[in-house]
Amino acid sequence: MDLLNLVFYLFAIITVVSAIIVVTHRNIMYAAFALLFTLFGVAGLYAMLNADFIAVAQIMIYIGGILVLLIFGVMLTSNITGVDLKTGSMSKLQRWIMTVISLLIAIGLAIMYSTTDWVRKDIPEVNSTVDTIGNLLLTDYLIAFEVASVLLLIAIIGAALIARHKTR
Amino acid sequence: MINAIPLEYYLGLASIIFLIGTVGVLVRRNAIIVFMSIELMLNSVNLTFVGFSTYLGDTAGQVFVFFVMAVAAAEAAIGLAIVLALFRNKQTIYVDEVNVLKW
Repeated sequence: MDLLNLVFYLFAIITVVSAIIVVTHRNIMYAAFALLFTLFGVAGLYAMLNADFIAVAQIMIYIGGILVLLIFGVMLTSNITGVDLKTGSMSKLQRWIMTVISLLIAIGLAIMYSTTDWVRKDIPEVNSTVDTIGNLLLTDYLIAFEVASVLLLIAIIGAALIARHKTR
Repeated sequence: MINAIPLEYYLGLASIIFLIGTVGVLVRRNAIIVFMSIELMLNSVNLTFVGFSTYLGDTAGQVFVFFVMAVAAAEAAIGLAIVLALFRNKQTIYVDEVNVLKW
């Protein structure tokens, strides 16, 4: 096993284990910090896939923005009396429906994965994707780019409006 | 780079993460954990996008990842604002205790 494989498995194990912790841990704060490791693992995988711009954007947007926002949400909403331990207390029917849905998705993915005949293909040589992404964003995808910026502006205004204290 | 890690490894990993995220959305009742699970699902889809984009040599996939990130940021901001408003009005963030519309 060479070094590249070793690094891939390292990132994959970090990502999957911390994703499981995010979903199963009872303390929200620990779940948020496990999400940090998941996002770092995915950023490492992007870097392994030669997607340097996306890897940096992942770290800046997800870890620097969304995760901090989530931690703010945790701190502003959880009670001071302690850690939330409430899980469970779902009805039997709900449990069964959820198990069936998850199993269906898992079986579907496994069937799709195992029946595809995969083609081994060499990765085309690229130096840096930043030039190409910048060119595409300002030529082919210009309208989508502008719409995304307007969406972000609306989101900022809407979030400030919804979360604001009513002072009337 | 000579085909060190095949594409299907990335796709398998992405589907595992997506499945974990789905289970989180379905099972957990804390609204913030549900948000985190949605972020997991978005990340797995992004990983698939980047994998195909790299192996097919087409950078358009990475542009789409960029847009997905923008939408995820907007969703997180609005979602957390809604959670804050919910907590201020009902003192709970458990999604099954929010049943005002049910009678």
